[in-house]
Amino acid sequence: MELIEAIILSVLAASTPLLLAATGELVTERSGVLNLGVEGMMIVGAACGFGGALLTGSTIIGALCGIVAGTAMSLIFAAMTLGLAVNQVATGLALTILGIGLSGLIGAGFVGERITPAPHLYIPYLTSIPLIGRIVFGEDAFVYFSIALIVAVWWFLYRTRGGLILRACGDNHVSAHALGYSVLKIRLYAVMFGGACAGLAGAYLPLAYTPFFIPGMTAGRGWIALALVVFASWLPGRLAIGAYLFGAVTILQLHAQGAGVGIPSQFLSSLPYLATVIVLVLLSRARTGGSTAPAALGTVFVPDR
Amino acid sequence: MLDTTPAALHTDAPPLLQTVGLTKRYGSFLANDFIDIEIWPQQIHALLGENGAGKSTLVKAIYGLIQPSEGEMRWHGEKMVLSGPSEARARGIGMVFQHFSLFDNLTVAENVALGLDGRESFKDIAARLEQVSSLYGLPLDPKREVWQLSVGERQRIEIVRALMQNPKFLILDEPTAVLTPQEADQLFIVLNRLKDEGRAILYISHKLEEVKRLCDTATILRGGKKVATCNPKAETAASLARMMVGGEIKEVKAAASRQITVPRLVVNDLCLEPDDPHGVRLQHISFELRGGEILGIAGVAGNGQDELFAALSGERLSQDPGTVVIEGIAAGHLSITRRRRLGAAFVPEERLGHGTAPRMRLSENALLTGHAAGNMVQHGFVNTAATLKTVDRATEAFDVRKAKRDPEAASLSGGNLQKFIVGREILRNPAVLVVSQPTWGVDAGAAAVIRQALLDLATAGAAVLVTSQDLDELSEITDRIAVMFHGKLSDPLPTAEASREKLGLLMGGSSLDPKEAVRAAGA
Repeated sequence: MELIEAIILSVLAASTPLLLAATGELVTERSGVLNLGVEGMMIVGAACGFGGALLTGSTIIGALCGIVAGTAMSLIFAAMTLGLAVNQVATGLALTILGIGLSGLIGAGFVGERITPAPHLYIPYLTSIPLIGRIVFGEDAFVYFSIALIVAVWWFLYRTRGGLILRACGDNHVSAHALGYSVLKIRLYAVMFGGACAGLAGAYLPLAYTPFFIPGMTAGRGWIALALVVFASWLPGRLAIGAYLFGAVTILQLHAQGAGVGIPSQFLSSLPYLATVIVLVLLSRARTGGSTAPAALGTVFVPDR
Repeated sequence: MLDTTPAALHTDAPPLLQTVGLTKRYGSFLANDFIDIEIWPQQIHALLGENGAGKSTLVKAIYGLIQPSEGEMRWHGEKMVLSGPSEARARGIGMVFQHFSLFDNLTVAENVALGLDGRESFKDIAARLEQVSSLYGLPLDPKREVWQLSVGERQRIEIVRALMQNPKFLILDEPTAVLTPQEADQLFIVLNRLKDEGRAILYISHKLEEVKRLCDTATILRGGKKVATCNPKAETAASLARMMVGGEIKEVKAAASRQITVPRLVVNDLCLEPDDPHGVRLQHISFELRGGEILGIAGVAGNGQDELFAALSGERLSQDPGTVVIEGIAAGHLSITRRRRLGAAFVPEERLGHGTAPRMRLSENALLTGHAAGNMVQHGFVNTAATLKTVDRATEAFDVRKAKRDPEAASLSGGNLQKFIVGREILRNPAVLVVSQPTWGVDAGAAAVIRQALLDLATAGAAVLVTSQDLDELSEITDRIAVMFHGKLSDPLPTAEASREKLGLLMGGSSLDPKEAVRAAGA
């Protein structure tokens, strides 16, 4: 019982940064922009988030610092790809390299410091319910926020006019422009949202996951978030399934390794990737015809004036 | 100026829309040079001109998509400045775009909602969509996604979307370019009804017969300037064409007699699965094309023409070599280069990116298709002199106009680049030429040159396969015409018997009555 509870708690914790970063990237890509710099925005968010929390002693200010840092990074990307119409793939890769270097610089003084991790919710009686109490009523604020965010993004994309316009920009920017929508402005907002989410996802790691900062602590989570968006066929529901599945298999294989199961550890370590790919591929086989990717993804748009 | 407006409407009221000295400059290039036009209610006003004459620039300015550099627009006699299309729509200006402004992966209702500015809920929009589409006889299913629809249905979305704004003035940019003759007739009924409702229509087209039939007034643009305003019903197609081109267009002449020789391109029961989700499956396609013969393939775009071209050119290979036979040799499994060595040549529809590499020089582009035959490559090295000579020969034979001897492909105008591509292939003296949309988006002068070249090639003994959506073009140059629909090819009809009505029926998926089909097969 205790073990199951512990596993589920750690699954939620491991999945949350992936879900946050992937949600942001989903919105960015739905507007037609491919930002490969998620890893870079996350790691800068982690360094700035930890710094903010360390200096002020407040998790909320730390999280806000992470958001601002991620957004600032995304603005560099937006200035290049939207303003100067530079190739998005190259710019995204450069952004990741920049972010890794920058976070090392910012975080150099923070290594070895500790902060108080983000508090967990506590509701008398409810949190004490066996098994589900701590899982449902005892998480930190990031977990609740990430779930609310993916639901809100789904609502925005499919139930509001703004979401329709955003999807339209990603499907055919020439048509969107011809109808009078400001493609570049909409994409700018989408890129900034993606940056904010990645920054927050990065900040989650030192603020809640481990209460200290080490360089390179995102450890490829930004790339996994990118892959999740693709395998989820750009659909929010599948994205949530993919993120939690990945988190779950990651934790389970750790427990399996710990228990000394007679399977090579290298194979166990690769399980999360295999499981996520297989499940999401099976899910996307269900849809017949129509393209799943935003048709204008990764293409540069220069309006004619 | 000729007075072409109905006298009854000429009260003291100013025109609905008027442009005064409208000018649009891109750098030193004048896309629109001091254009005055007047649009009156209850009139269909044609805007005629060759590609690059400035038609699109003018309507983009009227729809608020671009800002004029000089001059002004007046709406009901008052000065109008538009900051964007939504302002134009708010005043009652609607537009139906040439390359549809639709979103393939969104539903019909969502596409319509994107074109409306109001605060209507999706539910109200869907209800009003059904109401407007049934009122004008333009049936649409709001829930379907656009990629599932035919070209005609897509255009219906555009028209219904424009009508849902209840426009006073509707602009249509080449609306019939992709329609079957029957679909075009239905469109004309709708347009005449809109006219009777008191709306003004600006109708852009280069199909002159259509303009004569439908329009009350015509404004003709050439090189960015207004050349004339006239009553198209009082003109002939030839006189309108003269005004558009600014000179006579060469008549295309077929040789009196052509020798029909051996089969040079034979397709046997070709079936091919599409390689992308929006593609068309080719189903049991068979035909035989002999030397000295030109076979036309008609059909609305997206019915498998691209897939057939890919299968013939070798861009997609077939499992069964016997499905494509070139010069008596089974070639279904052969690569593009090996098919070229057998004497085949291919001109795809898309000039930039498919027919040529846009950022490479013409000589390099000549090498790309010419290396298989001829002396352009010697011992693995490129013979630059030979590639340049090919460019010069194509330039001379086909009157390709360019700024320097060997420019980048992308720097040529559409017509000149197409002449170069066709010239490059014809100069190889192919036994079989497969050409897709040879004169799409090409000005009338260049189109005449290209059609004449195809006829001359057939006279010289080659087999020519022409895919086109332009029925006039097909009836002008082909001997037989087959129609492609949903990946199937009809039996070819002799061109003399292929009336617009018959072809239109086939293009819409109906079959001719059995007696007719038997007779056609026997011919």
